[in-house]
Amino acid sequence: MIDIKIQKELLGASGTLKLDVELQIKEGEFLALSGTSGSGKTTLLRIIAGLEKAEGEIEVAQKSWLNAKTALSPQKRSIGFVFQEYALFDNMTVLQNLLFVAKDKTLALRLLELTELTELQKRYPKTLSGGQKQRLSLCRALMQKPKILLLDEPLSALDPSIRAKLQTQILKLHKEFGTTTIMVSHDPSEIYKLASRVVVLENGKIIKDGKPKELLLKQNGSQKFSFSGELLELKKVDIIYVAVIAIGQQIVEVVLSKEEASRHKIGDSVTISTKAFTPTLS
Amino acid sequence: MFEPFLLSFKLASITVAILFIIALPLAWYLSQTRSKLKPFIEALTALPIVLPPSVLGFYILVALSQNSPLGAFFKDTFDISLVFNFTSLVIASCFYSLPFMVQPLQSGFESLNKQMLEASYLAGKNQIKTIFLVALPNIKPALLTALIITFAHTVGEFGVVLMVGGSIPGETKVASVAIYEMVETMDYASAHIYSAIMVGMSFVVLLSVYTFNAKHNKKFGL
Repeated sequence: MIDIKIQKELLGASGTLKLDVELQIKEGEFLALSGTSGSGKTTLLRIIAGLEKAEGEIEVAQKSWLNAKTALSPQKRSIGFVFQEYALFDNMTVLQNLLFVAKDKTLALRLLELTELTELQKRYPKTLSGGQKQRLSLCRALMQKPKILLLDEPLSALDPSIRAKLQTQILKLHKEFGTTTIMVSHDPSEIYKLASRVVVLENGKIIKDGKPKELLLKQNGSQKFSFSGELLELKKVDIIYVAVIAIGQQIVEVVLSKEEASRHKIGDSVTISTKAFTPTLS
Repeated sequence: MFEPFLLSFKLASITVAILFIIALPLAWYLSQTRSKLKPFIEALTALPIVLPPSVLGFYILVALSQNSPLGAFFKDTFDISLVFNFTSLVIASCFYSLPFMVQPLQSGFESLNKQMLEASYLAGKNQIKTIFLVALPNIKPALLTALIITFAHTVGEFGVVLMVGGSIPGETKVASVAIYEMVETMDYASAHIYSAIMVGMSFVVLLSVYTFNAKHNKKFGL
């Protein structure tokens, strides 16, 4: 069991922000941390890792990491951290990056094999692609068999096809190593695929906490299909209105009534949903 | 004939070694701290760059002479005089060349990705291990610049050396002082040879630094 109860004053984009989080996480859980930027997600991860100071308490498996009197140093916490910008050791080869964390060559080679990096073990990080760097960063985080694996938007800089592949690998490693994982992510499909629980942070407070299915599937009423997107364009064609909406990586056109069109303006976040039809998958 | 050069190199080598030990923790501290004291320490460290060597030499003389508490202590306890000998040159050079060691190291450390250092801490490594195994290997150009420029700068110093060390052959008469004396005694032939050697060597040293840095940057795709 991981018990977190922390407070910290943050300097946000719009004045000061009070991070005030109370969270219990079961061992082995895969928790996704979501929310707008500047809501304190990264800071929360950094506080758990001991990289940033905070008031309050953190207890992991009956061991206190943070309380009123002491704060365990990052060196003594058992944390694997995957930074958004990889933060690999540029002076070491792929294999050396792993062995620097723990002198366990068997584990290092197994991790490289699981992430298909075996061939690249003698290369230096600067010569790797973004996806390869991210996989290496993940391997490095797992080298010390951490109690908690923290992933700070690990896949946000990668293109969709590599993302999908890496999501599968993250899930595989999470299960294989039995770690408790906390991942910051904005991508609903990623959260749905990986996480067993989602926590949504806003202005430093938890505003939603639940299963991805409950939180992400937007079922108001009896709609069968529902997507959120951004309204890009609204145009009048003869007597109807046509809205152009970006949903994920796709652009769609939707017909609106005059009344609907008058309620929205360009740039709005909208939900588009429909019911009673037979979808075809191809 | 080349004794002044040997003396200059000996002085510069010892100064570089001592300064590296002093400047490494200082530069690391300055690069990592958020303390309000930082600008004060930085300003103090940079003073030797702007001060006339005579000011520095004067204060060092005052501080080390046998009339000062420090000088008197060394004289009484160890029977060592701290002025007009090689030891005084080393002390003076360490003050004079300090910024040339601290500043490249500090800016090197500051340019490092902070998360790289944090990754090292999370891997269970303390600050000392992190400095030697992660920070220094990743700032090789800055490290080389610090060492070479400190060496070259110490070889090139003149004013402080003359004030604190005088010109005792084999003890404090380094190359720059020797050239000054040659010119004074109108021994232009020797002065030409010495000066040419200084120019040539300094150029080769600087050239090697810039070549190394260019190669290093190319290798790491910077």
